[in-house]
Amino acid sequence: MEKISIEGTPKTPTITFDTAKGFLEIKGRSIPENSIEFYKPLVDWLEKYSGKPQSVTSVNIQLEYFNTSSSKCILDVFKKLEAINKGGSAVTINWYYEEDDEDMLEAGEDYQAIINVPFKMVLVEE
Amino acid sequence: MLNIYEFYDKMERNNIMLSFKGDITSELLTSVLQIMESKLDTLQEEPKIKKKVYNVLVECLQNLYHHLDEVAQDQNEKIRSAIFMIGKIDNSYNIITGNYIKNSNIEGLKKRLDDINILTKEELKEYYKFVLNNGEMSLKGGGGLGMIDIARKTGQKLNFDFAPVDENYSFFSLNIKISQ
Repeated sequence: MEKISIEGTPKTPTITFDTAKGFLEIKGRSIPENSIEFYKPLVDWLEKYSGKPQSVTSVNIQLEYFNTSSSKCILDVFKKLEAINKGGSAVTINWYYEEDDEDMLEAGEDYQAIINVPFKMVLVEE
Repeated sequence: MLNIYEFYDKMERNNIMLSFKGDITSELLTSVLQIMESKLDTLQEEPKIKKKVYNVLVECLQNLYHHLDEVAQDQNEKIRSAIFMIGKIDNSYNIITGNYIKNSNIEGLKKRLDDINILTKEELKEYYKFVLNNGEMSLKGGGGLGMIDIARKTGQKLNFDFAPVDENYSFFSLNIKISQ
């Protein structure tokens, strides 16, 4: 497998997935009206990756905004990562939030409570 | 004839920053969000309040968008039209939306909003997580989380009303306040 990327737009994030390094990053804004369509390729790549993951998988989620439509899709992504974590790759999810953005920190904690994968809350200094 | 000055004056007195009436498309929402973002920058709002207003605005407008998609089969052009206004009074932002709703759907929506309005901050957090993890997602991506998220982020009750129109439709309005 190779390096896969999706270029960001005003409503969708930049996604980088380097399967050789076991590194996934979602960065920017995720506020599309139809988020299922947007996230489907990523969910499919993770499904493929789960067959032969690296021993360590590191995931960076650095979102400025995300809508509730995306929140379900992000949960789907995390559920795939949960399965990969169970399957032998040590997954860590780094959840970035900006100072003062309590809503984003809380959103990360919501996922942390649902998903059985180690989360790291990372404060971004402005 | 419509007195446009009266109309303007009313909007001015209510500090309306932006308003729109018509069909809600994805392109329109992209433009409106861009305009509002630059207005929030111009007003030099704190990043915290800017993010809250932007997030809540996204949910309010996408609610309209998804709702209009549901009634899109209706041949009546009027039914697909909606209105929204964004204003700032003192230190609070107000987002007001209005759209037609089938009378047969009022009871379900009213119950959903009433159910959200009785929850405390902690209960809203739990309810959000529950719906996120267990809720059915519609094909268009509306997961039923929007209203819960708005209530959670604003920390206020959802203020809403149904104005009767005719035997088939009413006009649903939602008035969201974001205080600093």
